[in-house]
Amino acid sequence: MTFSVGDLFLILPELLVITAACIVLVLDPVLRPSDKDGLVWLSLGTIAICMGLTASQMGAHAEAFSGLVIIDAYGAFWKLLLYFVTGLTILLSHSYLKEERLYLGEYYGFVLLALSGMMVMVSAADLLTIYLGTELMSLPLYVMVGLKRSEPRSLEASAKYFVLGAFSSGILLYGISLLYGATGSTRLPAIATAIAGQSLDDPLLLFATILLAVGFGFKLAVVPFHMWTPDVYQGAPTSVTAFMAVASKAASFGAFLRVFIEGLGGLKANWSAIFLLLCLATLVLGNVVALVQTNIKRMLAYSSIAHAGYALIGVVAAGRLGSSSGVASVLLYLALYTFMTFGAFAIVAMLRKDGIEGEEIEDFTGLSKRHPVAALLMLLFMVSLAGIPPTAGFIGKFYVFMSAVEAGMTWLAVIALVFAAVSAYFYLRLVMVMYMREPDEAMGVAPRLVMSPTFSIVLACAVAGVVIFGIYPNPLVNLAMQAVLTLR
Amino acid sequence: MTGFPWLTLLIFIPLAGAIAVFVVKETSVRLTALAVTVADLLISLPLWWLFDPSSGQMQFIESARWIPSLSINYRLGLDGISLPLVLMTTILMPLCILISWHSIETRIQSFMAMLLIMEGAMIGVFSALDFVLFYVFWEAMLIPMYLLIGVWGGPNRLYAAIKFFLYTLAGSVLLLVAILVLYFQGGHTFDILQLSQGTYSKSLQFWLFLAFFAAFAVKVPMFPFHTWLPDAHVEAPTAGSVILASVLLKMGTYGFLRFSLPMLPDASQAFTPLMVILSIIAIIYGAYMALAQADLKKLIAYSSVSHMGFVTLGLFMFNIQGIEGAVMQMVNHGITTGGLFLCVGLIYERTHSRQIADNIGLTKPMPRYATFLVIFALSSLGLPGTNSFVGEFMVLAGTFLWSKIATALASLGIILAAAYLLWMVQRVAFGVPNPHMLPKLRDLNLREMVTLVPLVVLIFVIGLFPNPILTRMHPSVEKVIARVLPSTPEEPSAVSQLDSPASSLAVIDSATSFMPNRGTSDRSRLMSNPAEVHQP
Repeated sequence: MTFSVGDLFLILPELLVITAACIVLVLDPVLRPSDKDGLVWLSLGTIAICMGLTASQMGAHAEAFSGLVIIDAYGAFWKLLLYFVTGLTILLSHSYLKEERLYLGEYYGFVLLALSGMMVMVSAADLLTIYLGTELMSLPLYVMVGLKRSEPRSLEASAKYFVLGAFSSGILLYGISLLYGATGSTRLPAIATAIAGQSLDDPLLLFATILLAVGFGFKLAVVPFHMWTPDVYQGAPTSVTAFMAVASKAASFGAFLRVFIEGLGGLKANWSAIFLLLCLATLVLGNVVALVQTNIKRMLAYSSIAHAGYALIGVVAAGRLGSSSGVASVLLYLALYTFMTFGAFAIVAMLRKDGIEGEEIEDFTGLSKRHPVAALLMLLFMVSLAGIPPTAGFIGKFYVFMSAVEAGMTWLAVIALVFAAVSAYFYLRLVMVMYMREPDEAMGVAPRLVMSPTFSIVLACAVAGVVIFGIYPNPLVNLAMQAVLTLR
Repeated sequence: MTGFPWLTLLIFIPLAGAIAVFVVKETSVRLTALAVTVADLLISLPLWWLFDPSSGQMQFIESARWIPSLSINYRLGLDGISLPLVLMTTILMPLCILISWHSIETRIQSFMAMLLIMEGAMIGVFSALDFVLFYVFWEAMLIPMYLLIGVWGGPNRLYAAIKFFLYTLAGSVLLLVAILVLYFQGGHTFDILQLSQGTYSKSLQFWLFLAFFAAFAVKVPMFPFHTWLPDAHVEAPTAGSVILASVLLKMGTYGFLRFSLPMLPDASQAFTPLMVILSIIAIIYGAYMALAQADLKKLIAYSSVSHMGFVTLGLFMFNIQGIEGAVMQMVNHGITTGGLFLCVGLIYERTHSRQIADNIGLTKPMPRYATFLVIFALSSLGLPGTNSFVGEFMVLAGTFLWSKIATALASLGIILAAAYLLWMVQRVAFGVPNPHMLPKLRDLNLREMVTLVPLVVLIFVIGLFPNPILTRMHPSVEKVIARVLPSTPEEPSAVSQLDSPASSLAVIDSATSFMPNRGTSDRSRLMSNPAEVHQP
């Protein structure tokens, strides 16, 4: 293996993020509590610089470290999305941690470390690098989920997430090793070439594909590998939940698509059948179980499971289609999903009832009277999640269904849309509670939203994305199209 | 082609107004909303005269690129079918604001904003020439309507609101799939005019028709899908009921006329018997249900089901009389039923009851109100000289050319309409008033008169001079018929049902004699189509 200094420049954003994470971790114990806001600005500043660097790499196409890492528009698309989400997470956490009285400077260090893992995942062109990335992402997340040490629920979630995460990483690693056995390489391009010359019915290949699908299935939280999601999303501090629901899902999709399109593209016929089944199960179970949730974090957890199902439609279509529009629709879907899901979680995080989180759906009763603007924003996020125009959610669904119809799977689009109509029921139930119910005397103190400047910025970003991309999605569409062109 | 952006203004002035009502002082919210809707009305009125009645083409076309990668465009335009509907919308909206002047006290800003968003979206639906744009407008009005019912509605509003929402959403998701399938089958375009010229295989048409049917039949609502309507109507605030009955229901029939018929001609013909049967069931069943209602709003809601049955019946006759009658009936139903709902709203403001039993004998204490109520009721039952007569008569004349039995059954609906409406009028207007209700029964004030008078004027103007509307829609309707029946003279489906050409001609003759204002050219035009049909 050759090593050149130039390669380091290519991974400069990753290096910057890791350095900033280390600085945050080192500075945290020596700073006075009143100065710890500085860590927030340091993290945000790093992300802003990386955003600029990555944006300049958008047109590039380069391999680093003899093909372990690839710098291309596809990776840049995901990275930009991840920076954006991480930035929002840090801003939200700034307000949220104060409310929760969690004065932990290392929190921001963990966020940055997780971000660096995600960045490795989306720009890796080698299965082992991808595995490294997923672990680098997961380890800080295990800790962050358990940050509310006083709450048993948070600790339980952390333990559960750790056990299942480790388990799924094991499966992923097993798949990687089998694939190495079958093809003699862990590099995606080399695997693709090796597969092209082999019979598709090779049981070893088939088994490796299944194991990889299962391993990624856990990370993407698709049914039936979703069991951890509701508990972990509910137990984790809400800012961490938002981060996981959006960033970790996006990064997993980024790596997942690259592995299956670029590396295992030759096995399309095999894996698209697997993902079709997963997709159907996810759509049905995610939407139906969300109907009966009374806790909003659990409801949003099932909603995020269901949305992974919608994104999988694009993956299945990509498997059938061979053209890039299926993959582009997945990228677009996840980018748009980011705005609405993050916005919804942000409002949940800042709704306080007697100092603790008001996370029951009932706690939203009459919110439109107390906080008309926040209720309106939540309405927009719910409408968008339900996929009703003119919001971002509609555009995302429009594109994935379009690719499904293009791939000749109109029936899949019909089923998915029927379940989209089902999902409207639980999203609108929250709207109903906010707008059409009067607060009950028996409920005690009515929950209030804690407003703060950083929280307002988060909401403004989220709602701007939902509305602007709902009406004029062109820039994002073009970006997604450009990104998938580099995917072979 | 792009001239003055009339339609963009019509759509976006209300949307801007929806933001404006949050900015102005709370006391001037109502005035602002009224000013916005009146401004919209004033902008829409010139279109009536600028419209070239001799052309069946889209006019006032505006086009801009929206999502170029999928060739989705922001395209608007009006033809003779959509023009009356847009005008009907802009005329009704100021009245909706006026009727809500005092009856809505809570969250008045949001209420007015919802009404204005609805107006923009409704005009958008009628003028969209791009399928995606149409769908966006079509769906965008779900949420405002859901909130109108759910926040400002009656006691059972939560149930009614979610029922309305889920019914219409479930229908329209299939529409979305159909739109996507058409995109790939119709040459990668969402342009409605282009898609209307394509030919699609019969089996594809069959499925697409079903998908369209799911969306449009729920909206109309046609017989088995109508159950959301009485709930939504009863619980919605008055302005919501008016919008729902007068405009939203028309979007369903407009959809059939604009999409199902020209895009799927073969399937439309194949489904005609089913559509006719469902229409006739709706006409009779709706009327029977209306007879049994003790609640005024429910009565009018079921009468809507019955009247919309005439519209769908006329649409699937594929002849000039039927379709023109259907479009007329769409406008008429908007005016008349809108008026009836306004009347119910006015009496509800006074007595806080919609029960017929609580509102009897209003002639003495409220003579002006009773006059209006009687006029609207007579118009609704299709008295000659009022607007509904023209539409219903044309629909029946068109049906006669297709099947006498269907005509006879549909006519039953008119008889029943007379029964339930006159019975209602008899009780509400001419009974003996409840003594303890008397103090509440003050007659209409100026604002309320202003709300009702425009509709009364329209009832008589359209009833006596239907020609201006008919001439404007005629070329557009002919275009639709030419699509559905490419070889009109030899079309067997129209001929075989006609066992007695002479009698049908007599009907047409009497139709023209009832409308003295139709010039000779119109008479020959009305005659020409059946004459061609009888040639073989």
